[in-house]
Amino acid sequence: MEPKSFIDVLRRFGMAFILLAMIIALSFMNPRFFTISNFLTIMRQVAINGALAAGMTMVILTGGIDLSVGGTVALAGCFAAGALHATGNSWLAVLVALGVGLIIGSVNGFFVSYTKLPPFIVTLATLALARGFTLVYTEGRPLLVDAPLFDMIGGGFVAGIPVPVLIVAMVYIVVGFVLNQTKFGRLVYAIGGNEQACRLSGINVERNKMLVYMWCGFLAGLSSVILTSRLLSAQPTAGTGYELDAIAAVILGGTSLSGGEGGVRGTLVGAFIIGVLANGLNLLNVSPFYQDVAKGAVILAAVLMDKAFHSTADSR
Amino acid sequence: MGDTKDAPLLAMQGISKSFPGVKALDRVDFQLWPGEVHALVGENGAGKSTLIKILAGVYSMDSGQTLIDGKPVDISSPRQASKYGISVVHQEFTLVPQMTVAENIMLSDMPSRPGLRLLVDKKAMVSGARDILDDLGVDISVSSPVRSLTVAEQQIVEVAKALSRKTRILVMDEPTAALSNVEVERLFKVIQTLVSKGMAVVYISHKLDEVFRISDRLTVLRDGRVISSSPISRLTRNEVVKQMVGRELTGMYDKPEVSIGRPVLEARDLLLDPIGQGISFKVHEGEVLGIAGLMGAGQIKLARALFGIERVYGGEVILRGKPMRISSPAKAVETGIGLVTENRKEEGLVQLLSVSKNITLTVLDAVSHMGVLSSRAEADIVSDKIRDLDIKTPSPKQIVRNLSGGNQQKVVLAKWLAVDPDVMIMCEPTRGIDVGAKAEIYRLIGEMARNGKAVLLISSEIPEIVGMSDKVVVMHSGRVVGELTGAGCTQEAVLRLATGGSAVGA
Ligand SMILES: Nc1ncnc2c1ncn2[C@@H]1O[C@H](COP(=O)(O)OP(=O)(O)OP(=O)(O)O)[C@@H](O)[C@H]1O
Ligand SMILES: [Mg+2]
Repeated sequence: MEPKSFIDVLRRFGMAFILLAMIIALSFMNPRFFTISNFLTIMRQVAINGALAAGMTMVILTGGIDLSVGGTVALAGCFAAGALHATGNSWLAVLVALGVGLIIGSVNGFFVSYTKLPPFIVTLATLALARGFTLVYTEGRPLLVDAPLFDMIGGGFVAGIPVPVLIVAMVYIVVGFVLNQTKFGRLVYAIGGNEQACRLSGINVERNKMLVYMWCGFLAGLSSVILTSRLLSAQPTAGTGYELDAIAAVILGGTSLSGGEGGVRGTLVGAFIIGVLANGLNLLNVSPFYQDVAKGAVILAAVLMDKAFHSTADSR
Repeated sequence: MGDTKDAPLLAMQGISKSFPGVKALDRVDFQLWPGEVHALVGENGAGKSTLIKILAGVYSMDSGQTLIDGKPVDISSPRQASKYGISVVHQEFTLVPQMTVAENIMLSDMPSRPGLRLLVDKKAMVSGARDILDDLGVDISVSSPVRSLTVAEQQIVEVAKALSRKTRILVMDEPTAALSNVEVERLFKVIQTLVSKGMAVVYISHKLDEVFRISDRLTVLRDGRVISSSPISRLTRNEVVKQMVGRELTGMYDKPEVSIGRPVLEARDLLLDPIGQGISFKVHEGEVLGIAGLMGAGQIKLARALFGIERVYGGEVILRGKPMRISSPAKAVETGIGLVTENRKEEGLVQLLSVSKNITLTVLDAVSHMGVLSSRAEADIVSDKIRDLDIKTPSPKQIVRNLSGGNQQKVVLAKWLAVDPDVMIMCEPTRGIDVGAKAEIYRLIGEMARNGKAVLLISSEIPEIVGMSDKVVVMHSGRVVGELTGAGCTQEAVLRLATGGSAVGA
């Protein structure tokens, strides 16, 4: 395991190289790309998907999937805006958003763990539920938020760094620590690797799976706070398609969809690939219609290249 | 017998293969003549499976060459291997559980409708599969999903699958590890038929009795090198063992004399079937209770019921005098029961995780503080166990999947020895384990007894049960049919009861 050949490096950091190549290419293509202010913009964009993708990584590591995160973002945002409107208390609004995330996560976790329904189906259903409740609650209209403290979260700076970036940096440090250093994190990998073996080792698989979905919901709530605060309003259609970006970041980051392998560090790189791409296409004035096409193509290409690195590295 | 031909059917010459940190094969020469059964033996991790995987095109060799009929060939994929008529029954199963027996058998060679290449000819598939199974003389429904078969039946399907192709060289990597005696006999008959038709068979096994019965020639590997290769008639069992482990082995079943203490676990009229008959037994501190029976006689089900996996329809489990309802494995472990499961791949191990992480999976609480893992504590336990069980791995960080089969089995044992439960239930603990390591495991079982633990030893290897147990409970088709102790506990007595005969003088 120890020898570190060039191939090994490629294999471990393949996606990071791809990201680097993208950054270099875009810097040549557009002078406005390689500027501090643009990087701050990218990071702020990445923050939202980044928080979602961190939770998604945990879920996918257990061999599951969470399609409901986009809906959670919308519902949590609207409830937070409602709470803010009613009380004017920014902290309460944040707690409400996080709480909504936790509740949806618990519902997902409960059905996945204790009724043994496939996660795909459970979270597809809660996605529809969350979206439905959002429309019922907002009657389809956006809710404005206006409180200096709450607005700080999405738009503020601390020591020159955007607050969302700080928050997400924290998220990655915490989730990275949880996955690598704690008992719970170890179980996330083990359950994804072989659920039955875990159960027969005396592990409470159900409780741990439940916790994983709760983490994912919680982080979706957090993501929703950042988004709502940045937009200064809660949109009933917010977060549409976010689950796909989050899943894409996880996959680009090298986490296996069948579970048990991967990690949050790769996911961060994956989220950046998606963020840099979107930003670059904007700067290059590519029409939004083509942006999705480009995104799909890049995801496919990146995964293929990564796979090529891997197979040259697998010294059969 | 085949020496009359001038070129062997297969010659592998100077084969070397390294994995990171391991030299799995070191200039190995191996020859195979038509019509012979050639046994390949050696300790766990000696390189047997690796050699076979190179022959099968699963791994590529670092150096050396393979000749078939005297001509050099390049086997770089399993497809090519089968083109040269090489079929392998691998140590770990490669069946698709959801598909039917027929589909699995014919998987590599699906018959298509005449003229319609893309459509599977279901009729031809079913009849083809049935023909092969008939040749093997087994009665397995070709339309049932493989998932629903017993391990032994799956093994047969695995063999049948290998025979669905045109085969000149059949390799079997521990084919009998999960077979009962009857099934082994059947397999041997099949092998003899195949060999008489000129096929050559490479037979890998840790069961030396079988090896001596079936093979014509034997090659011993140790640490990736060929130690000897000669006709079986010139060898004795002890010589082979000595060549395998590099030393003399004495006293396989060296069980220490332990005074038996208070009862630990008792089953009273335990019902594993709504209409079955209750099962009762008692196991004490320091006692090894053997549960014998043919494969599928209900021993495994009993073990799983005691561990909270299998449903119980009635009766009581009493642990240290208190009635207990064991509703889940988590509960079982909490109350001090451990279970070494029967199959390591599906239930024993997380293949993607390292040796170290697998061993500590059962003791995460002990190696963490407020939920945070201590790598020091983990490393301590893991290095202890790797040493105690002599697990051959380049490092504790090695992914379990990369270990040899027997060493994987040792990891399963290690993770339960790390827990050190009051009651250790062991299902087929020595399956796929070499003679030297077997002796080591028997020593560990003795050790557990000496430390006042109760051991439930479940095994289809009768010598092992008789050798290790203080008392043997024999099961036959779901019922306890007898209990044997002391001088009355002989292999013959166990076998007679297990096959449905009655106990004599008991
Ligand atoms: N894919 C792999 N990656 C790394 N090491 C491997 C791999 N496959 C085998 N090894 C190592 O090569 C050595 C030989 O393994 P092999 O599986 O050939 O042993 P074996 O003789 O079949 O043993 P057993 O009787 O336990 O099945 C072992 O030390 C094993 O750990
Ligand atoms: Mg092997």
